[in-house]
Amino acid sequence: MRRLLLRNFVRGPLTEAAPAPDDAALAELASRVNQAARRRLGRTLAIREVDAGSCNGCELEIHALGNVLYDLERFGLRFVASPRHADVLLVTGPVTHNMREALERTYRATPDPKWVVAVGACGRDGGVFAASPACVGGVSAVVPVDLHIPGCPPTPLDLLRGLIALLEGVSVT
Amino acid sequence: MNWPHSIVGREAWQAAAARLQAGELCLLGLWGEPGCVHMALMQSTSNECSVLSLACESGRYPSVGRLHAPAQRLERAARDLYGLEPEGLADARPWLRHGGAYAFLPTEGESLHQIPVGPVHAGIIEPGHFRFTASGETVVRLEQRLGYAHKGVEALMAGASLERAAQLAARVSGDSTVGFSLAYARAVEAALALEAPPRAHWLRALMAELERLANHLGDIGAVCNDAALSIMHAQCGQLREQVLRAAQACFGHRLMMDCVVPGGVLRDLPADGERLLRALLALVRAEFPDLVEVYDNTASLKDRTVDTGILTPALARQFAAGGFVGRASGRNFDARRTPGYAPYDKLAFEVPVVQAGDVNARVWIRIREVEQSLLLIDAILRGLPPGSICVPASPRAGEGVALVEGFRGDILAWVRIGAGGGVERCHLRDPSWFQWPLLEAAIEGNIVADFPLCNKSFNCSYSGHDL
Repeated sequence: MRRLLLRNFVRGPLTEAAPAPDDAALAELASRVNQAARRRLGRTLAIREVDAGSCNGCELEIHALGNVLYDLERFGLRFVASPRHADVLLVTGPVTHNMREALERTYRATPDPKWVVAVGACGRDGGVFAASPACVGGVSAVVPVDLHIPGCPPTPLDLLRGLIALLEGVSVT
Repeated sequence: MNWPHSIVGREAWQAAAARLQAGELCLLGLWGEPGCVHMALMQSTSNECSVLSLACESGRYPSVGRLHAPAQRLERAARDLYGLEPEGLADARPWLRHGGAYAFLPTEGESLHQIPVGPVHAGIIEPGHFRFTASGETVVRLEQRLGYAHKGVEALMAGASLERAAQLAARVSGDSTVGFSLAYARAVEAALALEAPPRAHWLRALMAELERLANHLGDIGAVCNDAALSIMHAQCGQLREQVLRAAQACFGHRLMMDCVVPGGVLRDLPADGERLLRALLALVRAEFPDLVEVYDNTASLKDRTVDTGILTPALARQFAAGGFVGRASGRNFDARRTPGYAPYDKLAFEVPVVQAGDVNARVWIRIREVEQSLLLIDAILRGLPPGSICVPASPRAGEGVALVEGFRGDILAWVRIGAGGGVERCHLRDPSWFQWPLLEAAIEGNIVADFPLCNKSFNCSYSGHDL
């Protein structure tokens, strides 16, 4: 343990520079976020992740946001354990019929103002599962979506750019 | 290279069920299609594999789960998907098809209380429901309810082209995308009597070992994190990230999704690929031993993992548990060895096995497998043969089956290709089918607070199971 701590002390932090916000995401958000909500939230957002039937690829990359190289929390973005504490629902998956009610209930449990970010090709329109009788097909078919982050799965940088755009869109007038 | 396939009557089907019950056979899979039910079996001693099929008159067949518990959830799933009724199966509840109230098993006793968890969990986890019955802090029973991630993969597979089906196979369980693509590709190749070029076999193994490395590193860190040793999580997460970046640089995708296809692979190692991977090996070899030392010498961590969530060897054997779950409980099985497939027949590697069956054992198996994967990647880079990486598939009707070792354990793929060259039916069986029920057994008698630790040490796939 001592050797590990010493090595980390000597080599310094591994965290990488922040990426620029995603322009497309900024444009998508510009029309949706109102001034009052921006003032209320300040520069921090609490995120509740909801897996609505993804293949878990998106979850792996969302997990990676927390590693030392991306270090999501330095941007004021953090994952919370309950929708009651959340400003943002980060939803993955094609929304299976079996998850539909859980997603609706999670949305209702999240206090206003709130935003929904649909992650991945499945979150947008069901992706490769779009035609399935077991899927609703896309997050927006169940709850209103404010921002899409495309990719299968989106890389941590894609996710970070989208979330920073959300933060900018919410907190900068 | 295809397995023997027999169409049997009810007597032979029931005889096989009795041999499963007696432990002479291991169940590798049980799945349905309209009017027919199939079972993949392996001889317990010789490891010979075969497939049995039974026509279901008026949609009924003799239940295997009645005699052999590991078949029960598979039979409930086949009933939900294809309306096939397993005669004699006591459990009439749906499994993958939700809707309406679900009757959890009754629990009786003084001062018992229930804790419902999920399907939306507190962390960034896949959806599933756990119903704990506890007496004070001690878990008396855990009952799982899965199926929330059911996406209808088999229905989408039926009638799909080989390419479209390959995309679906790659998305059955994202963390095992290489494993599932490989299982599907090998089953299609068995059906079409197609042989991928040697270089493709070696590149597939390279991707599979990178996937194993990334997942095991992530899991080791996550188990330690669930015992509040966050430095291990940070260090392992950093190494995992470097594996994914190397995968991105070499194969164009961090998880190597859609790289393995029937006939070979779509991406060759780029000119600087070997250098990148050698740098990755050097990094992991330099840093991983220190992490193993921290794991081994932190008493407060060992206090949580040793003797926690014990899975007995008898249960692991009965359920034919694959991967680190089985190998941490004495089951010496690895699909890379038996039935075995190229190029592992030309590569030397060890399959670590221990008997203890606790969380600590499952962590140690992963640690040893990380070391083996590093050796394998090194050997693959040295032995990578030249040549083409993909041969075109010529359409013809046929049926094929394959068993490959994903990071979690053995993945079974069965496919029937129609005369038009498209997929008629395809079934992909995740190792989690036989590991999820064992988690219910392993948690019994442990405290509720140790469940995250046990759960992470199993790390079963929800999506892979729910299909």
